[in-house]
Amino acid sequence: MFLAPAVILLVVWILYPLVYTVWRSFYDRSGANFIWFDNYQTLFTTDTTRTAIRNNAVWVAVVPALVTAIGLVFAVLTERIRWGVAFKIAVFMPMAVSLFAAGVIWRIMYQQEPSRGALNAVIASVHDKVQPPGPLSDALPSGTQLTGTPATGIVLKTPVRPGSVALLPLTGIPPDQVPAGSVQAKQPTPQAGAITGAVWRDFKPGGGTPGKLEKEEVGLPDVTVELRDSSGKAIATTTTSGNGNFTFSDVKDGEYKTAIGSATFRQPYGGVAWLGSKLINPSIMIAYIWVWAGFAMVVVGAGLAAIPRDVLEAARTDGSTEWQVFRRVTVPLLAPVLSVVFITMLINVLKVFDIVLSVAPPSVQANANVIALAMWRTSFGGVNDFGLGSAIAVFLFLLVIPVLALNIRRFRREV
Amino acid sequence: MSRLRISLLVLGAAIASLTALASTAGATSHRKYAVSGNLSWVGIWSGAEQKHFQAVLDAFQKKNPGVKVKYTSAGDNVPTVLSTAVAGGNPPDLASIGQPGLVKQFAARKAIKPIDFVRPQMLKYYTPSWITLGTSGGKLYGMVFKGANKSTIWYSVAAFKNAGVKPPATWTQLLANAKTLRASGTPAFSIDGGDGWPLTDIFENVYIRTAGASKYDLLAAHRLKWTDPSVKVALKTMAQIFGDTGNIYGGTTGALQALLADSVNAVFSTPPKAAMTIEGDFVPTAATVKAKPLTGYNVFPFPSILGSPPSVVGGGDTVVMFKDTPAARALISYLATPEAATIWAKLGGFSSPNKGVPASAYPDVLTRITATALAKAKIFRFDMSDLAPAAFGGTAGQGEWKILQDFLKNPKDIDGTASKLESAAAAAYKK
Repeated sequence: MFLAPAVILLVVWILYPLVYTVWRSFYDRSGANFIWFDNYQTLFTTDTTRTAIRNNAVWVAVVPALVTAIGLVFAVLTERIRWGVAFKIAVFMPMAVSLFAAGVIWRIMYQQEPSRGALNAVIASVHDKVQPPGPLSDALPSGTQLTGTPATGIVLKTPVRPGSVALLPLTGIPPDQVPAGSVQAKQPTPQAGAITGAVWRDFKPGGGTPGKLEKEEVGLPDVTVELRDSSGKAIATTTTSGNGNFTFSDVKDGEYKTAIGSATFRQPYGGVAWLGSKLINPSIMIAYIWVWAGFAMVVVGAGLAAIPRDVLEAARTDGSTEWQVFRRVTVPLLAPVLSVVFITMLINVLKVFDIVLSVAPPSVQANANVIALAMWRTSFGGVNDFGLGSAIAVFLFLLVIPVLALNIRRFRREV
Repeated sequence: MSRLRISLLVLGAAIASLTALASTAGATSHRKYAVSGNLSWVGIWSGAEQKHFQAVLDAFQKKNPGVKVKYTSAGDNVPTVLSTAVAGGNPPDLASIGQPGLVKQFAARKAIKPIDFVRPQMLKYYTPSWITLGTSGGKLYGMVFKGANKSTIWYSVAAFKNAGVKPPATWTQLLANAKTLRASGTPAFSIDGGDGWPLTDIFENVYIRTAGASKYDLLAAHRLKWTDPSVKVALKTMAQIFGDTGNIYGGTTGALQALLADSVNAVFSTPPKAAMTIEGDFVPTAATVKAKPLTGYNVFPFPSILGSPPSVVGGGDTVVMFKDTPAARALISYLATPEAATIWAKLGGFSSPNKGVPASAYPDVLTRITATALAKAKIFRFDMSDLAPAAFGGTAGQGEWKILQDFLKNPKDIDGTASKLESAAAAAYKK
């Protein structure tokens, strides 16, 4: 009799939904037709759900082990360093944040554009120190006289001789990126014994004629122009002035090529596509591990504190190295605690959902799909197929049962 | 004895007079309020839209003081909320639904009631396309109250000025402009590839122009296969934009990660990061950067392809009735009047398919352009992906959304994209 409240709650909130979900999974989307195991067949034959199952398998294989290992390492290390407590607080802090919020934080940090994503901003600042972007990173060759691409450098097709003029028109430069000090481009004048030329923004409103130096088109100053001999080796360089003109004086007679090297066009660092379809799964896992490492560390840390110190001391006195103590004494003694962490994480990872939803942008959610997310998306994400959704839920339930059984058995043994 | 009789008589008379009194009282209340009752409404409109729709409801309740309407917003969860309510046998009196497919589903299940009483009004104020859209099995079940024009291209006035180009009227001009814009240093297109659905809108706009409205209807009903040559022609036309990756803001990878606000902001920011974005009339509300209409950004209709007639692909939120009561009928009839639509139009963020709404009701020039185009369009078709089963046309990360995202990634794969679309459609339409 005094069990009644508990029983009623269990029946209403656990048993009835459970039975109804199993029942519903045998019906089609409308709920009117009994279709036996068709939903389960769909579950294993559709791409989206299969990806979800495969991803979930990877999660199970990678994440619980990593979280436990990282927790163990942190716990052992924090025992030894002076700022252990501060470190522990820092690592444990993410546990105070909801998984969804943590996902949003990481989503922002993972943005590809270095000006928006913190991770790529760090990588970009290092990268751009080593390889600074060129002054004209957006420029393209204009007209038909130039060959090559910005990535390889742009070369004027026709060879030039001393006394002739080399025109190197460029386009694709936004008005706000035209270098300061640039003025109306000037048609270069030929000089005996020298090669003259111009580099200019070959664009005026409406387009203008490509390759032709026109009014309203401005010179591009400070562009490094190379003079190459017949073998393609740069024998001289010079830079352009405000009107885009340049001069190679005292050139020996012969045929040369004029070119602008690829360094001028080097792109600023574009950032790693953390949220792209290839990296999305590891990216989400990193965020997830960031959250749960603190939990593992605290639990393992508690276990560590309970280890009898004399055993460790005895091992040390017997001449074991620190590594041997860790490997042969600490870890075996911690095994029960480690398995608690591992199994808890196993259950958590099987039903991982919110962090995937919040980190993965909609375009890659199919690549990052996991079983719980597939269940939600199928039931409520627009498809509204409660039949298939229920089937996925039942499948997930079946997957969790063995782990739960294992956990319960462990509890029993401990009691 | 007689005394008792008299008293009984008196009592009887008293009762009679009382009932008479009551019935006259009832009659007067009926005369005072033509209809009365409480109505519940579950709708898709939330936030500012909810506030504006409430203004329409307030005007209705002022006219019909006997009716109380309680509006509840379910936002994007309308399909879930309504499906659950119908399954539980307790639907609201009225609802506004974004998915015509769901309306058809409810009509087939007889969950919603026909609203043929409003047909004469619709014949007067709506173009025939809208009536066809709301009709199912010969009966009118839905009336679109809030429309959306998705045949618009928004551009940065500064970017167009820098490049010296004008809004194009034809596809060829659009491509030529794109080239000039690239040379001027601004990528021509900002594409919201991250969401997926804007790509389906681009496809539909190209398809209705290259294949025509009748093929559009066949494809929307999946009576034409997606492997049809007409689909491939449309994909090839789209690839003229998708394939020019240097001319897409952020390149293909950037576009695939951009969500609606990102893609709009790229065009609306100063200096512009991209020149144009091909998206519907909701674009200005999606921007989170400040920009001024007409001087900062502007709009032009999706250009004609090879001489195609002016066509509008759009969407709309449909009003349906779950319980047939005089009060519900009165409210739907009221919503069909230009008067009701004008109230919301004046408040902004609204395009009415109602021809009777004067252009001057729209608070800004740009809405005036897009909304009038919508109400007056000779060829209007509902957004095809919204007509398709949700598994194909309405779910992030699968079906048409996902396949067109893959197409954006690899625009050379015309045949592969067409056959992937066909197999996804075949699976979704079967259910």
